[in-house]
Amino acid sequence: MAASTFPMPGRRFVIGVPYFWLILFFLLPFLILLYISFVDMGNDIHPFKSLWDAQTGELKLKYANYSSLFRSGEDGELFETMYVEAYLRSLWYALCTAVLCLLMGYPFAYFLARSAPSVRPALLMMVMLPFWTSFLLRVYAWKGILADQGVLNQGLMFLGLSAEPIQLLYTDVSMLVGMSYVYLPFMVLPLYANLVKLDVRLLEAARDLGASPWTVFWLITVPLSRAGIIAGFMLVFIPCVGEFVIPSLLGGPENLMIGRVVWDEMFISNNWPRATALAVLMIAVIVIPLAIYYYYFNGAAAEPENES
Amino acid sequence: MADKDATAGYLVTEKLIKNFDGALAVDEVSLSVGQGEIFALLGSSGCGKSTLLRMLAGFDVPSAGQILLGGQDMVRIPPHQRPINMMFQSYALFPHLDIWENIAFGLKREGLPKAEIQQRVGEMLDLVQLNDYAKRKPHQLSGGQQQRVALARSLAKRPKLLLLDEPLGALDKKLREQTQFELVNIIKQVGVTCVVVTHDQEEAMNMASRIAVMNRGRVLQVGTPEVLYEHPASRFVADFIGSVTLFEGWLSVDERDSCAAMTGIGEIKVGYGVSGGMLSMPVAIAVRPEKIGISKTRPAVSKNVFFGKVQEISYFGAYNSYIVTASDGSQVKITEANASRQDLGGFKREDRVFFWWDDHAGVVLRD
Repeated sequence: MAASTFPMPGRRFVIGVPYFWLILFFLLPFLILLYISFVDMGNDIHPFKSLWDAQTGELKLKYANYSSLFRSGEDGELFETMYVEAYLRSLWYALCTAVLCLLMGYPFAYFLARSAPSVRPALLMMVMLPFWTSFLLRVYAWKGILADQGVLNQGLMFLGLSAEPIQLLYTDVSMLVGMSYVYLPFMVLPLYANLVKLDVRLLEAARDLGASPWTVFWLITVPLSRAGIIAGFMLVFIPCVGEFVIPSLLGGPENLMIGRVVWDEMFISNNWPRATALAVLMIAVIVIPLAIYYYYFNGAAAEPENES
Repeated sequence: MADKDATAGYLVTEKLIKNFDGALAVDEVSLSVGQGEIFALLGSSGCGKSTLLRMLAGFDVPSAGQILLGGQDMVRIPPHQRPINMMFQSYALFPHLDIWENIAFGLKREGLPKAEIQQRVGEMLDLVQLNDYAKRKPHQLSGGQQQRVALARSLAKRPKLLLLDEPLGALDKKLREQTQFELVNIIKQVGVTCVVVTHDQEEAMNMASRIAVMNRGRVLQVGTPEVLYEHPASRFVADFIGSVTLFEGWLSVDERDSCAAMTGIGEIKVGYGVSGGMLSMPVAIAVRPEKIGISKTRPAVSKNVFFGKVQEISYFGAYNSYIVTASDGSQVKITEANASRQDLGGFKREDRVFFWWDDHAGVVLRD
């Protein structure tokens, strides 16, 4: 009795509800995914077989669902499959998007945090305003802008900057424009939340000690907003890896990302075990480096570290 | 009044004005601080002392007026190029850098060679006796240690002027007294000219050789702690520095070496003349509580003896403090040193008492 923190009867319930929700709709489906990823493809209306052989009762895990992701056929080169390519491409595009969002979002969040407190709500509102219109509509709107006969190309031709339409849609450009546009608020908001707390006196102290405004920015503002940069980066990077809609609408055939590959395996090839194996691997690709990073980062936080 | 210091004039502000959207934060402040002097700006919050300090550091640009340091105009020089360093209120140590890096920050910006930075940071760490803490982060240090790091950081560049913004404000009372002496010792050892901003009059009086008392953006009086305490120039200064009882009245006698004022409790005699005073002009006589005697029997003096009733008695250990209601209802503050272990001076509430003071104890105030 005395050891418990607060005698609050509703406490367990309040904490329990979201946990229950996550267990029911995240952990359980994930376990189902994991299960399917280790079984054989079905051959009739059932998309997959059961893990235990119905006659012999033997347990048979089918690792080939995973191994085939890395090596096509018996004698194919290791890591030279379309799946590995799609993974790498997804990570690359997610990285590019996160970097683009950081480059656009950081100055924006900085000036947002430094603006007069009276105008901040209005500026913040403008960051969130795009959420009020449908995500699909906004992505489609980019089609209208970037298409060969779109607003941008017509403008360029009108100004005489280009003789013929430049292929923008269904390329890397349109994909990255779309993704960084959609995910920009997820970068701005955590950065803003971090930068608005930054103690202005630290910046003044640095100025007082002879640092020019730029030096203050690099030596004080950026290091102290590291947590915000990491949070924003993760919030953009992680969903971008698995992004499905934007590459489908704005990307070309060579911009095949892992989300699309999973879709194709699931609904075109009807190969559920392979599709789930791809999904599980994708989660692992994101979660494992993240876990390692957090482990070392939190461990290092207590240690003194040096400016280079 | 004490401006005729031989060294005065190293730091000079001339009719310095800061206007924030029509509100005068600093109103025609002209000061002159001598080289190597510790000068305090004293006032309650919102009096403009911090704005004045920020203008000296370069964070606020004066609306008008001049700042001269060693004869050089500072107003147009950005803060990072001024030979002025500041110790910030609650220190503003860089949380992501260790102590060594905090102190080296300013030196690195100067582009000094590595060996010299190493040596000068070492000197600073010696000076504030924090050699063993060089590799710690600020949050791993106590408040007093953080304060010393902040001091070392602001001294590392050997500034021509050191600014201290409420240097002891973040420390608890016990630590404050000890730190005060350390701070003054270090500053004097370095010999840097120093401007301290504080709202704490004890702090100002202990640390500074001269104090400027500020109110509503204006400097009301500049002087040594003794001058401000014994010869306040205005009601505000008398009331702000230490404790005082003000008797309001009008000038009734004005001679060359004495004067008197008629007040609610009777005529108060003062042992000096008022230059330029006019009879029947409104004045206040300020008397410090420790200069007033109190007894149950009529004292053997003739001047300035009055009658009242004890209203409050407070025991402070070193002294007793009384509030006596005088004949006109005004409340007179009196303190009495606890020289012997007497029991509250034998007074109790509602006792009828005499109180009196020497005619040199009172100060005539016109403002």
